[in-house]
Amino acid sequence: MAAKETFKEKTNKALGVNPDDARLTLTYFSLAFIVLFIGGTLGLLQGLNRAGLLELPAWFNYYQVLTAHGILLILIFTALFMVGYFYAAMSHTLGGLISKVRKMGWIALGLMLIGTVLVVTTVVMDKATVLYTFYPPMQASPWFYIGLVFIVFGVWTATLGVFTNAASWKKRNKGKHLPLLSFFAVGAFLLLLFGSIGVTIEVLTLIPWAFGWTETVNVMLSRTLFWSFGHTLVNVWYFTTISAWYVIVPRLIGGRLFSDTLARVVVILLVILNVPGGFHHQIVDPGFTEGLKFMHVFMSLSIAFPSLMTAFAMFAVFERTGRKKGAKGLLGWVKKLPWGDVRFLAPMIAMIAFIPAGAGGIAQTNNQLNQVVHNSLWITGHFHLTVGTTVVLTFFGIMYWLIPHLTKRELTPKINKLGIIQTITWTVGMLFMAGAMHWVGLLGSPRRTSYTTYGDNATALDWDPYLFFLAIGGTLLFIGVILMVYIVFHLMFKAPKGNTVFPIAQPEDDASTPPKWTERWGLWVVLAIAVISMGYLVPIVDLVVNAPPGSPPFQTW
Amino acid sequence: MKLHRYEEIWLILGVGILVLSMVITGYQTFAQGMGPPSDTAQIDPQKVNETAPFDNPGVFEVGENEYEVVMTLQAFGFTPNEIEVPAGAEVTFIMTTEDVIHGFQIAGTNVNAMVVPGRIQTITETFDEPGEYLILCNEYCGAGHQMMSATITVH
Ligand SMILES: [Cu+2]
Repeated sequence: MAAKETFKEKTNKALGVNPDDARLTLTYFSLAFIVLFIGGTLGLLQGLNRAGLLELPAWFNYYQVLTAHGILLILIFTALFMVGYFYAAMSHTLGGLISKVRKMGWIALGLMLIGTVLVVTTVVMDKATVLYTFYPPMQASPWFYIGLVFIVFGVWTATLGVFTNAASWKKRNKGKHLPLLSFFAVGAFLLLLFGSIGVTIEVLTLIPWAFGWTETVNVMLSRTLFWSFGHTLVNVWYFTTISAWYVIVPRLIGGRLFSDTLARVVVILLVILNVPGGFHHQIVDPGFTEGLKFMHVFMSLSIAFPSLMTAFAMFAVFERTGRKKGAKGLLGWVKKLPWGDVRFLAPMIAMIAFIPAGAGGIAQTNNQLNQVVHNSLWITGHFHLTVGTTVVLTFFGIMYWLIPHLTKRELTPKINKLGIIQTITWTVGMLFMAGAMHWVGLLGSPRRTSYTTYGDNATALDWDPYLFFLAIGGTLLFIGVILMVYIVFHLMFKAPKGNTVFPIAQPEDDASTPPKWTERWGLWVVLAIAVISMGYLVPIVDLVVNAPPGSPPFQTW
Repeated sequence: MKLHRYEEIWLILGVGILVLSMVITGYQTFAQGMGPPSDTAQIDPQKVNETAPFDNPGVFEVGENEYEVVMTLQAFGFTPNEIEVPAGAEVTFIMTTEDVIHGFQIAGTNVNAMVVPGRIQTITETFDEPGEYLILCNEYCGAGHQMMSATITVH
C-alpha cells in the first residue's frame, strides 16, 4: 500500500498538477481572498462603530455594512474557498478533473459571480438592507433574491461537478474506495445540497412577493426554511475544515491517518444528522410546542457525536506520532509537534479553538441556556469562534501548501515566519473580539445592533468597556486580513519556483481497508432524507396548513 | 469498524454528557414548567390594533401580585414602554407585532423571546429585586432598531 502510494506521488511530482485544474482553483482562491479583504474591511468598520468609536455615514450605514459583511464572508468567501479547495483535492486524488467537470467549475464560478454582483449592488443601493438572514416580512428588492438564486445555482453546479467526477472515477476504478479526501468532498457537497433545498424554496416564494405578484408571505414558514439552511451551512464549512484535519495534518506532523474507516463514518454521520440541527435557532420562537422543541434539542445535540469522534482521532494522531518520535510521558508528544511550521500551527490553533467553541455550542442548544444568550452578542462571539477561528484558520493553513503546490512554487522560511505572525495576530484578535462578545452577551448586550446606550440606560452603559475590547480585537483581525491577503498573492505570483507536495497522509501499515458499506451513498441519502423528514415534516406541514393570515411587505430601513 | 478501547470510553462519556443535558432540559421543561416561550396562538398581523386584547395594550393586575402586560411591538418601539410593578410580582407578557419580526429581551434576566407577525407570544417572569430593568429588541428590525427599548420599574 505504502509503496504504491509513493509511486503515485512520484508520478504526481513528475507530471505535476494539471495546469487547467490549477488555473480553476487559483481563480477561485484569488476571488475568495479579494472578498475576504472587502468583507474584513466592513468588519472593522462595524467593530469600531459598535464600540462607539466611529460614526458611519447615512449613505452606507451600519446595517448595510452588516448585511454586506455577512453575505460576503458567510456565503461568498466560504463557497469560493470550498469549491476551489475540493476541486483541487479531486484533481489531485482522482488523477485530474474530467473536462466536463472543469467546465462545470467555471460555469459555477460565473453563476456565483453574477449572483454576488446582484446582491452586493442592491445592498449598496440600500435596497436590500435585510442582513444575511433576510427575514420576511422585511422586503428587499426582487433583484436581491434573484442574486441569491444565482448563487445557489452556482453552488449546485459545482455540486453536480463533484458527483460527476466521483462517479466517473468509480466507473474507471471498479471495486476501489474513493480516496478519502474526495470522499469528504462528496459528503460535504451532498450536505450542502440537502441544506440548500429549504432556503431555495423560501427564496422562490419571496421573488413573486417582492415583485408584488403575491400580496402576503408566511413569515414562520420562511424563517423555518431559512434555518434548515442557515445552520447546515456552518456544518458544511466544518466539513471542509475537518477534511484537512483528518487527511493533511497527520502528514504535516510526520504521522499517518488515524483510521480511514472512522473518518468515513464521521463523513456519513455528518451528512445524515445535520440538517434538522438548524431548528435550535428557533427555540424561543412562537408557534411550536415545547414537545417539538425538546425533540429538536436531541436532534441538535446528536451532531456533537461525530465531533467527539473527531476530537479523539486528532489527539490520538498527535500522541501516536509523538511516541514514534520518542516522546515520553503523558504529554511528551506536545514537544514533538512542529509548532514552528505555519502549515501545522494554523490548523492546530483552529482545533484548540474548537474545544470551547464546541462546548459553547452544546450549552446553547439547551432550552434554558439558549434563552439566556439567544440573539445576544454571545451568539456572534460563538460564531466568530467556530467559523472565524476554527474554520478560517484551517482555510488559511491550507493556503501555505496548496497555493505553492498549484503554482509550482515554495513556501520560504520568510513567508512561513510572516504566516506565524499572521496566525498569532488572528488568534489574539479573535480572543479579544469573540471573548468580549461572549461576555457582554451574557450580560444582555444584543447582537445585530449599532452603537446604542438606549438613552444612557445604566445597564447598557455597563457594556461599553467590553465593546472597547471588541474594537481592539476587530482591529487586530483587520491587520490579520491584510497580512493573509498579502501572503496568498505573494505565494501565487512572487514566491520562488520549486516543488511543493499535496500532503496527504497514508494509512498505518497494518490498517484494514474500509468496509464496503461506507460506499453505499444511496443508503445514506435515504437515511438523511428520513432524518430531515423527522425533524421538519411535522412542523412544516403545520406551518402551511395551520397558518395565520399572511404578512404584507415592510421596508423599515 | 473496530474502535479503540479508550475511544469507546471517550464516546460513552461524551454521549453520557449529551444524555444528561437532555434529561436536565427535559426535567426543566416538563416537570418544572421552565420550557421556552412557545405560545401557538395566532392573530391577523394586519388587524392587531382591532383585535382583543391588543386593542388595549397596558399593564393589568389580574390577581394577587399577578400582572399581565399586553404589549404590541412595532418599528421602533414597545407599547406600553414604561411599566411599573411591585417587587415579587409575577408578570406575564402577552405580545404581538404590528409589522416585522422583533425580539423581546429583558437584560439581566432569562426573559428572551421572538415576536413574529401573525403569532402571539407569551412569557412570564417574577421580579423579586427592585430596580429598573431594560427591555430591548434583539432582532434587527430596521433603521431605528438600536433605539427600540422600554423599561420596567420594580418598586
Ligand atoms: Cu425591533
